[in-house]
Amino acid sequence: MTDTAISAAPRRASDNSALVAKRYRSERRFKLYGIAAIAVTAVFLVLLFADILVKGLPAFFEHRMTLPVSVSQEAIDPQNSKDPKVIRTGDFDGPIREAFRAMFPDVTSRGDRKKLLGLLSSGAADDFRAMVVNNPSLIGTDAKVPVLLSDDADQYLKGRQTGVEKIQGQGTIAASADGEKFKLMTDKTPVLTAGDIVRLNGGAFRVVSADNGAYVAEQVLAPKSLDPANAGAWDIVRFTVTEHNRRIDDQEALWLEQLKEKGVAENGVAWRFFSSGDSREPELAGIRGALTGSILTLLVTLFLCLPIGVAAAIYLEEFAPKNRLTQLIEVNINNLAAVPSIVFGLLGLAMFLNFFGLPRSAPLVGGLVLALLVLPTIIIASRAALRAVPPSIKEAALGVGASHQQAIFHHVLPLAMPGIMTGTIIGMAHALGETAPLLMIGMVAFIVDVPGGFTDAATALPIQIYLWSDLPEIAFQSKTAGAIIVLLVFLFVMNAAAILLRKRFERRW
Amino acid sequence: MSGTYFALMAVLVVAAFILGAQRARGVRGDRAGMLHSLPAYHGLYIAAAVLTAMMAIFVVGAPLASHYVVSQGLGAFDPSEVAEQLHRDAALRDIQNLIAGIYQGEPSDKLKAAAAAYSSASSLVFWGLNILGVLAGAAVIFWGLGRITPELRARNQFERFVKYVLLACSGVAVLTTIGIVLSVVFEAMHFFSKVSPIDFLFGLQWSPQTAMRADQVGSSGAFGIVPLIAGTLLITVIAMLVAGPLGLFSAIYMAEYATPRIRSVVKPILEILAGIPTVVLGFFAALTVAPLIRGWGQSLGLDVASESALAAGLVMGMMIIPFVSSLSDDVINAVPQSLRDGSYAMGATKSETIKKVVLPAALPGIVSAFMLAISRAVGETMIVVMAAGLAANLTFNPLAAVTTVTVQIKTLLVGDQEFDSAKTLSAFALGLVLFFFTLALNYIALKIVQKYREQYD
Repeated sequence: MTDTAISAAPRRASDNSALVAKRYRSERRFKLYGIAAIAVTAVFLVLLFADILVKGLPAFFEHRMTLPVSVSQEAIDPQNSKDPKVIRTGDFDGPIREAFRAMFPDVTSRGDRKKLLGLLSSGAADDFRAMVVNNPSLIGTDAKVPVLLSDDADQYLKGRQTGVEKIQGQGTIAASADGEKFKLMTDKTPVLTAGDIVRLNGGAFRVVSADNGAYVAEQVLAPKSLDPANAGAWDIVRFTVTEHNRRIDDQEALWLEQLKEKGVAENGVAWRFFSSGDSREPELAGIRGALTGSILTLLVTLFLCLPIGVAAAIYLEEFAPKNRLTQLIEVNINNLAAVPSIVFGLLGLAMFLNFFGLPRSAPLVGGLVLALLVLPTIIIASRAALRAVPPSIKEAALGVGASHQQAIFHHVLPLAMPGIMTGTIIGMAHALGETAPLLMIGMVAFIVDVPGGFTDAATALPIQIYLWSDLPEIAFQSKTAGAIIVLLVFLFVMNAAAILLRKRFERRW
Repeated sequence: MSGTYFALMAVLVVAAFILGAQRARGVRGDRAGMLHSLPAYHGLYIAAAVLTAMMAIFVVGAPLASHYVVSQGLGAFDPSEVAEQLHRDAALRDIQNLIAGIYQGEPSDKLKAAAAAYSSASSLVFWGLNILGVLAGAAVIFWGLGRITPELRARNQFERFVKYVLLACSGVAVLTTIGIVLSVVFEAMHFFSKVSPIDFLFGLQWSPQTAMRADQVGSSGAFGIVPLIAGTLLITVIAMLVAGPLGLFSAIYMAEYATPRIRSVVKPILEILAGIPTVVLGFFAALTVAPLIRGWGQSLGLDVASESALAAGLVMGMMIIPFVSSLSDDVINAVPQSLRDGSYAMGATKSETIKKVVLPAALPGIVSAFMLAISRAVGETMIVVMAAGLAANLTFNPLAAVTTVTVQIKTLLVGDQEFDSAKTLSAFALGLVLFFFTLALNYIALKIVQKYREQYD
């Protein structure tokens, strides 16, 4: 018995300090785990936002050319009727194409001209039409018309198809026809590799292979002549992405380079992203339809769930007797808060669409479903806000002779209102981002028109994001990220409003 | 039709309030305190009565009215022609288009007759319902004005009305649950009359294609839910492997180590993450994380599906981190300080206290937080719709493509659907499984907390 006491007592200090050091190390390690966990989460968030910003910011810009277009009387309004209806039916496509072709007088073959016109957006004529309809005095004059480029051209000019490297030519270069191909000869030896493009005399040749000193090349753009070019008069264009890995081929890319060098193509803010509805053409697609749909849906949600939610909260907090019914309601509300949102979609589909026969894809139904979805959130938040009002307020009101309801509605409710509004805004933000239930009730459709009412077919912003993310064009990928940025900005504003409200009106009793 | 009715109702309700309040003031004269209630309550009392009467007429009358209009419109057709729901809908649409003037082609005489009957019936019903409503409202106002006497307890009556309105509003939650259960169970019953529940629950094949013709390949369709459950579980497990440790450790750090300043920085990060719509995370998972994982996998010589379970699971895990951490944070904070102080007094370090004292005390709450997080992951739709696959592979390889219950519900119900096919109905059976699974998880979570909660005070 004493043995153990003796053997334990003279434990050497060095042992002890080793143990202590070990325990402290483990302490530091444990703390580090916590910091690492938070850091990983934060890094994820930063990556997410950075990825979306990088992908999405180009969606807010588009490439246009300002072309001098002759607005001819014959093509647009032959009878000089000045009637917008007549003007609307005029030929706006022709003049734009004419003007664009005039930029490239060297392009003569049918196939090339068709390819060249493919660089224009199919919506360019519509813009021109709207411009002339709004300002008929342009007819018969030469107007400066902004012309939209196609999505592929736009993506190329934004540098999202390939990187471009331009190298000034050193020494003299001469090209000579060699059967189908051409031979390039230089006096100095520039480092040309296969795939490089040599531009001289307004034409362009793609190097196919090197052949001791000379290069075998094929023609991409026809040159004006095959005269030798001196240093400075020719250059090498090198694309970082090979031709078959991008949607713009070398010929189109060189045309676009010419546009860029002439300073015709300019990058401007794409207001159309906010002002037009969905479209099959990425460069014409906008979020106005989806945004309007979301706003209509949220209005329905707000008008339903704010009164119902607050009323339910008041009842449960102030008037409900303690009985089984009340308990049932409370359990129910807590359960509903945990039901997956897609199940609410099933409810909307089976009840509102198939049983009550409400219209498909309508903001009305979307709003109804979302209202049921966020109702528990709003009830729970409102109850918390009501509970936070000290009982002395109510008791004072009762003391001076107010009825129970007067005390609640005249005194407690106004004081709880900031908290209720905060909860409501957060609930609305939740509803704004909700997608799955809206998919179920058919708000997922290609809808070009901006919805005008609660029963029109509509989509919502998150659904638009989902729809666009499925499309193969890279330009749509950027539109998707752009729409996400808009959605996140809305959510940010709503949450900031909720926080401000809380800060401004929060009372500590 | 309803717009006019509600406008009339609003006018009458306001009129009832004004008239009632005025009458009460008239009865009171200049003898304040003679009435039981304030004059405004007399107004509200009559207004509430008008509202109740007119709403009742609308709720009963509107369905009857539309039924009458439809039967009048279809009366012009042979009963056999419109026996089926589909034909009935088509005929109605034709009638409505003809009346609206957007009918394509030349209408038949029968259709013209039907349209005439339809429009005359609808105008009859329109006037009938509105006049009936206005008459009822006026009658109630008249009756109410007669009842205004000094003895009328208008405030008590009105407050009783308000209380019933409040009760009805809180009943909406119950109605929603009933609605969910009814709609899901009812359609699932339909489904189980076509496919046996045993095949559904234990089948290893999921291919809900039902063919148009009986002789086509795979015409029967297979509705075995096991691959879907396996896929859901796989993604959920990956998500919990991410969210569990990250969420729990950040909660521990936030609750035990962080200074108020750090808390004020970190808490918003978690709140922002919690507020990001899942469609955004789905986009990130599908277009950024999945290609990244595929690229890494290929550089290591692994065969990674472009819609791998790993990508969906990782991003879903990120989604539930705030959920786990905020719930665990609350639970850890609820452990009384005296337990920690006791442990420190014994010479334990902070981490030893957390590991040996705080976490065991908070365990029931943490377990329930995890279960809630799992139920959230199981029910999550958009991330998996965008980042997980459609093919129902029965595999536990995280690099393969799997599908989940929610993905299948979405796929089956979006787009054109015939409402009676087993394919469409199976979505509701899946919904039923999902609903009860999440409900069960929540119930168990609640019970765990109730059963093992220590009472420290």
